[in-house]
Amino acid sequence: MIPFEYRTPRTLDQALAHLREFGEDARPLAGGTALVLMMRQRLIRPACLVNIRGVAGLDRIEHANGTVEIGACATHRDVETSALVRARLPVLADTYHHVGTIRIRNVATVGGGLAHADPNQDAPVTLLALGARVRVRGPQGERQVALDDFFTDYYQTSLAAGELVAGVSVPVLGPRTGAAFLKFLPRTADDYGTVTAAASVTLDAAGERCEAARIALGCVGTTPVRAAAAEDLLRGQRLTDDLLRAAGDAANGGLDPIGDHRGSAAYKREMAAVFLGRAVRAAWARARASAADTR
Amino acid sequence: MSRVEAQPVLSIRLRVNGKDQAVRIPSYRTLLDCLRSDLGLTGSKEGCGVGVCGACTVLVDGKMISSCLYLAVMADGAEITTVEGLAADGRLHPVQQAFVDHGGFQCGICTPGQVVAAKALLDANPSPSEADIKDWMMGNLCRCTGYYQIIESIKHAAATSAAAGKPAAGGAAGRP
Repeated sequence: MIPFEYRTPRTLDQALAHLREFGEDARPLAGGTALVLMMRQRLIRPACLVNIRGVAGLDRIEHANGTVEIGACATHRDVETSALVRARLPVLADTYHHVGTIRIRNVATVGGGLAHADPNQDAPVTLLALGARVRVRGPQGERQVALDDFFTDYYQTSLAAGELVAGVSVPVLGPRTGAAFLKFLPRTADDYGTVTAAASVTLDAAGERCEAARIALGCVGTTPVRAAAAEDLLRGQRLTDDLLRAAGDAANGGLDPIGDHRGSAAYKREMAAVFLGRAVRAAWARARASAADTR
Repeated sequence: MSRVEAQPVLSIRLRVNGKDQAVRIPSYRTLLDCLRSDLGLTGSKEGCGVGVCGACTVLVDGKMISSCLYLAVMADGAEITTVEGLAADGRLHPVQQAFVDHGGFQCGICTPGQVVAAKALLDANPSPSEADIKDWMMGNLCRCTGYYQIIESIKHAAATSAAAGKPAAGGAAGRP
């Protein structure tokens, strides 16, 4: 690796000052599992790493007004094992459980994963389906970005130079709502998926028809993607095999996957349709259970 | 010479296997390289170098990590446990003894990572089910044993520790 300056700020303002000092040559460092790997492979050569793990409070996971607030430095393992997340957003705990190995999850952070913006990651897919917003801190203060607008291209985000991810705000599931995440893993358990799918389904008051749905897919493009056409098809409908097949086909048509050793582009499109249907079915079942509970 | 001086060199403090260490290192040194090259603790191995194989597994403040992807400066002030810290008073840690007794290794290259990961498991969960063991050890690759002897070894280590009436967390690093 190439030598670099190293800073250990205690506050977000200090961290932002260090980032400003080095401009685009500085990178925030949290867990480093992605950053150090990219540096070892000489894909990036930052002049300065700003370790933000010493910033107090940045690893908190808290319940706020209808949301779970997860600090940027909370590790994947923190989220996976959080009693709050397990109670309020079990699908998110389940999603983080599927990332890599415990060794990686002990270190890799929520904010780092978002800033890394690898389209094969698991968590962004579920966070998209849940309607999460990214809390971004920069010289001008804090701004919130819907996750739909956060990923712009392959490993690219809408973060400007000098900004960093401070946390993510995740709405808790509403009434008559269920969510599910599925990862198609034909190789090893710690791998990225061939495709991933997450769905959040809200049923009508009778618990029969879909009132609203949010569906996201991973590993099928340069960013994780919403399956808007499939969401539209589900609205107002009852659950049938034909509906799920039609939703899968509707999503499939809009995808442009990158073929790799986990599957060709054509195979990923087919599997995206299949796993979309399965994720919706699982989310629907949980929504039904939730609707039954509230009646 | 001037090139060396131009590199940012940082002073860090680590508590490694119960012993305080002060180290001066370049910023880019991984914890694995620091342990092996600066501190002479060559038990932890570099296998894949990309955080996948588990041969470099060590504990940082009790949590297992891949030391090949962890910068040494990130561990400043932390308590590190390596395979060298498991045996105490001339006696192998129960996990190590079980690996010996039940054929938990053949060539041995993955073994330091395996036993450190297994110690972390038993610290967190003294009586794991087979499913718990598989879930926890999933990221420690072995190309010799076929894994079943490793699983057997960990089951026996848990049973031995339970019979001895103490958690498997023996060794220098397990002491307060």
